[in-house]
Amino acid sequence: MKRVYLDHAATTPVDPEVAEAMDRVLRDTHGNPSSIYAEGRAARELVDRAREEVAAALGAQPTEIVFTSGGTEADNLALRGVMKARRGLGDHLVTTAIEHHAVLDTARDLESNGQVRLTVVAVDREGRVDPAAIAAAMGPKTTLVSVMHANNEIGTIQPIAEIGEICRDRGVKLHTDAVQTVGALDFDVSQIPVDLVSVNAHKFYGPKGVGALYVRRGTRLATMQTGGGQEKGRRTGTENVAGVVGLGVALRVAVERRTTESARQARLRDRLIEGVLARVPDAVLTGHRTERLPNNASFCFPGTQGESLIVALDLAGFAASSGSACTSGDTEPSHVLLALGLERHVAQGSLRLTVGRATTDADVDALLEALPPIVARLREASAVSV
Amino acid sequence: MSGGVDSSVAAALLLERGEDVVGVWMRLVPGGVDTDAPRCCGTDEAGEDARRAAATLGIPFYALDYADVFGKHVVDRFVEAYASGETPNPCVSCNHHVKFEALMRDVFAKFGGTRLATGHYARVADARDGTRQLLRARDAAKDQSYALYMLGQRELARVEFPVGELANKNETREIAARFGLPTATKAESMDICFIAGDYRDLVRSRAPRAFDAGPVERADGTVVGHHAGIGGLTVGQRSGTGVATGERLYVLRLEPERSAAVVGTREEITRTEYELRDVRFTRDAPPAATFETSAVLRYRGTPLAAAVDVSSDGARLRLTAPALVAPGQAVVFYQGDEVVGGGVVRAGSPA
Repeated sequence: MKRVYLDHAATTPVDPEVAEAMDRVLRDTHGNPSSIYAEGRAARELVDRAREEVAAALGAQPTEIVFTSGGTEADNLALRGVMKARRGLGDHLVTTAIEHHAVLDTARDLESNGQVRLTVVAVDREGRVDPAAIAAAMGPKTTLVSVMHANNEIGTIQPIAEIGEICRDRGVKLHTDAVQTVGALDFDVSQIPVDLVSVNAHKFYGPKGVGALYVRRGTRLATMQTGGGQEKGRRTGTENVAGVVGLGVALRVAVERRTTESARQARLRDRLIEGVLARVPDAVLTGHRTERLPNNASFCFPGTQGESLIVALDLAGFAASSGSACTSGDTEPSHVLLALGLERHVAQGSLRLTVGRATTDADVDALLEALPPIVARLREASAVSV
Repeated sequence: MSGGVDSSVAAALLLERGEDVVGVWMRLVPGGVDTDAPRCCGTDEAGEDARRAAATLGIPFYALDYADVFGKHVVDRFVEAYASGETPNPCVSCNHHVKFEALMRDVFAKFGGTRLATGHYARVADARDGTRQLLRARDAAKDQSYALYMLGQRELARVEFPVGELANKNETREIAARFGLPTATKAESMDICFIAGDYRDLVRSRAPRAFDAGPVERADGTVVGHHAGIGGLTVGQRSGTGVATGERLYVLRLEPERSAAVVGTREEITRTEYELRDVRFTRDAPPAATFETSAVLRYRGTPLAAAVDVSSDGARLRLTAPALVAPGQAVVFYQGDEVVGGGVVRAGSPA
């Protein structure tokens, strides 16, 4: 059966140019970048070049890029590292109700260990954070604000520049998890007043297990692990040479293609949104209608369960995902959907479709053909079992 | 798929027959909970075994969560039964409410499946009148039809038990080897699969009142000793009392409302007549208002000659010779190799 992959927000296939670059590194460059001899210098050069590519794509300086094992580590390093380094200035952390677990659970962990006081700011029904609400949440002891650039489930893009201005005026550092946006949207730290940015390679056709944290010059960051002192002591451990090369190439390619590809994907996204809303009765679009990621079409279908939707679509040849995880028999709606104010029974039937570089109009047609009868069947089933 | 060899081989046989097979594993204990129960098919570890078997066969595989329904219909009922002086039958509860109710509903309605196959050792056949028959497995030593008596025509029309057709365990192993499935037979999941240690610890923690001490009496009211709680006793078990008189005494009856255990001799505890509740028939109706049967009183028990009188709210079992079966246990009616139906022994039958 031909498969249609509509889960690019979960991960993307590795770009052939990226795979080739990584393959060359694995075959030809075995040195440790910390070694001073020729083999080490060769490896160091690759890491440096990757750092330059990532920095260029973000409008940053190479020294402001710290390589990590991915988005989760970048988020952890940002929150834990800044709160620890700025402890003398304050202990208050502000974040939002729709952050990825890598941010939200890290913030809660710091809170439960007594290391920070935490304020979680609510969002509106479309998942937008009001910059005024962030300002209102801040106090004299606030040292860090963390607001994601775009949400991974519903695709809503946050007014990060406005929030950045507020933070800068008050001398508060701003972190943004831009895992879903870097590569897809223009993101230039020389234009946006943000101090820390989390990046994850496998979201833009790079390898899994490698990411980066942008740390604006002058932002103090404590390390989370101790060791040989790589990455200027901010993230110690021998560099994942092939991985960071893959990250650099992937980000360069993504930026090269961004203008045309994001517009193309946005058109497919809009076809999905309009098609699903027209063909599936009582379908609810989640997230902002226009301020959303170019590849994200997410919905709730009251009377269905997210897990059943995913299974049924899988058996019909489609890869998609749901914000809901089935725990203990009942489908537990995602914290993001509940934060929008959706009722539990609506949020339980969530479906996220995210298009990518390989997605075609024919794929969209196939999905729009397959989905309505699946939703109808599931609704019939849940009506029977109630 | 439980992760064991039987359900894996069942999937392999269907695949070989050209069926479009989807593997489903049921989580029965909450995720992350380590029960240490080596025979439990519902732990994450068993789920990993099932996932590997499905991958070996190259079929889609889903882990589905039934911890709530299992907890309510199997574990809670298990505790309630012991606390009320009955002897529960968790396999029957699990088949009834979890596998052939909740899972079956999901397989058909949600996933668009047409049939549900399991690794049970039993057979289903078409009778001449167009109905479906539930039969013993070809391999009598592995037969599990006893624990499936609650299946009616609705279920039987849509179930398959591929391993029930196999001649013996060697054939199962041969097929497993042919498909590259792990052949190591796990401990068979029968009896109380979801408990690692002593079931009484579970009952004690969930129903402490069942462990109030109380008197041990003879049928005439004579107190012959004391017990530590009826939750730890089963009708029919040897009683430690009566040693002084040299008699072998067995638990005859448990009376939870006054925490009393009544004991008697072998002659006193066996009976020829039992009242049954929750009576079900595989062909949805009894063969007759009164019918002759071979009654099986326990899993893999010897069939006993009996007659059944069906009534509006149950049935009466009349055995040819006295036998013992505890309240809460299932009595299954066979005619030849066919399961006709069955019911659950009522508590508080006359002594």
